[in-house]
Amino acid sequence: MKIVVLVKEVPDTYGDRKLNLQTGLADRAASETVLDEISERALEVALAYADSHADTEVVVLSMSPGSAAATVRKGLAMGAAGAVQVADEALLGADLGLTAEVLAAALQRIGFDLVIAGNQSTDGSGGVLPAMIAELLDVPNATSLNSVEIDGAELRGERATDHGTMQVTASLPAVISITEALPDARFPNFKGIMAAKKKPFETLSLTDLGVDAESTEASRSIVISLGEKPPRSAGTKIVDEGDAGERLAEYLVQNRLA
Amino acid sequence: MTDYSADSILVLLDVTPSGALSKSAAGLLGAAAGVGTPVALLVAAPGAGEQAATDAAALGGARVLVAEHSAAGSGLTVPGADALAAAAELVRPDAILVSNSIEGREIAARFAARSRSGLAVDAVGVSRDSEGIVAHHSVYGGAYNVDSAVTWGAPVITVREGSIDARAEAQPASIERLEVAASGRKAAEVGALEEEVVASSRPELRGAAKVVSGGRGLGSEDQFALVEQLADVLGAAVGASRAAVDAGYIPQSHQVGQTGVSVSPQLYIALGISGAIQHRAGMQTAKTIVAINKDGDAPIFEIADFGIVGDLFTVVPQLIAALEARKA
Repeated sequence: MKIVVLVKEVPDTYGDRKLNLQTGLADRAASETVLDEISERALEVALAYADSHADTEVVVLSMSPGSAAATVRKGLAMGAAGAVQVADEALLGADLGLTAEVLAAALQRIGFDLVIAGNQSTDGSGGVLPAMIAELLDVPNATSLNSVEIDGAELRGERATDHGTMQVTASLPAVISITEALPDARFPNFKGIMAAKKKPFETLSLTDLGVDAESTEASRSIVISLGEKPPRSAGTKIVDEGDAGERLAEYLVQNRLA
Repeated sequence: MTDYSADSILVLLDVTPSGALSKSAAGLLGAAAGVGTPVALLVAAPGAGEQAATDAAALGGARVLVAEHSAAGSGLTVPGADALAAAAELVRPDAILVSNSIEGREIAARFAARSRSGLAVDAVGVSRDSEGIVAHHSVYGGAYNVDSAVTWGAPVITVREGSIDARAEAQPASIERLEVAASGRKAAEVGALEEEVVASSRPELRGAAKVVSGGRGLGSEDQFALVEQLADVLGAAVGASRAAVDAGYIPQSHQVGQTGVSVSPQLYIALGISGAIQHRAGMQTAKTIVAINKDGDAPIFEIADFGIVGDLFTVVPQLIAALEARKA
């Protein structure tokens, strides 16, 4: 079984995240970058399966700037057998459609039985790429899974929906996405970090994949304007002297909030 | 085949498992009516779409297309995308609006990938300029406003639930059946569905006008009941910080923040929440923020309109008593 895990470098949500107001792009220098937590959980699903099925190959795949190589490499340190990074200047500012085309092309080149992604990244939080990639590859999307059970050529899981949960079944090959209900990822240990240096790390360009970022055959989503909201300022702050509850009640009533 | 208005906006409405229109329908039709003529699309099991279609017209759908799909509920996402493709071919809309729900956005995703349309997700508004429909987004936890458009054709836009206040005028019911040719794309199979049991009459967190949230400062699952008591007095939804969810005080579906639900209510009350940046990202667009915390240096006070440094176990019961006294 070959499992490809989609991973993403994101600005650390523990810090302030910035957009460049000129270009509309994420300002990568403004904050620490990390491997997205949901990407790590997706990788954990693959590694946990590989732990009990020796003939499993786990590959991490990322479309990201060249500077993200160290973050992608963390996937190798955690236990993936190989990594593929699509890095190309022409992908700067790529929209969801182009991103899906690039990842689908890379997946076709790598080959896969199962693709695992997080349900939503912490930065773009689009939640659409797994379904887009499934459409482009003509495979089932079994997405937003709270649990995953891989059984030979079939996959089952509990899907989080808008109205409750449902059981879904998909035949492989398939694209799945997982939610935070799945376990935390393992930490890379020293042995893993050392072993990662010897594992294959392939960097691909758009030419390698035969994708033209400038093609006008697909309509693209573009940013046409961008503004920063003024930060909120603090209002009244009181220390409770025994009447704070009553004063708050009055504030809410005066502002027609209660 | 009848003609559709040149300024048609195709709106895919979510239908609940029991066949009712989803709550997001009113906002989607309201947004569509602001930029064109709303044409609603429903995908329902055979014979099950009529009530929802009538409701869609009452909420502003000038025309309502019903795709009866015998496979509705058996194939995941693909039947919805097939119906959307058939409706888009028929209507030739200026834009396609879909709820940014899990089901909605994935149908939008498959359709956009198939038709090579430009996709804009999680919009909080739409407008029209001389070149077409523009999507408005609020990103990075509301810190930035971004407008997007597509290079050509009708944009596919998913709209954040609860973000649109505008409502459309009711229209006379004009309901048509939509014939859908199945694409044959491979789909996951849907099995047993377990509907979420709504345990109380409290409003849903997403889209609520008032939210009372509790954090680790509540101390225990039992004491978290104080959050619920205040919520009930105010008619508010109950939220929580990730710390409270991780501590097991309340299920994850109540989590507000970066990795939970984003809310923009009229009133947000944070009880025992320090205000980690991830939490703030999910609630800082609230119109009024109230915080009660015993730590006067908690970051939540930096954005609170009314902050109380004090013990929430004395302040909140007093607040509840004062509010109840005013009601009486």
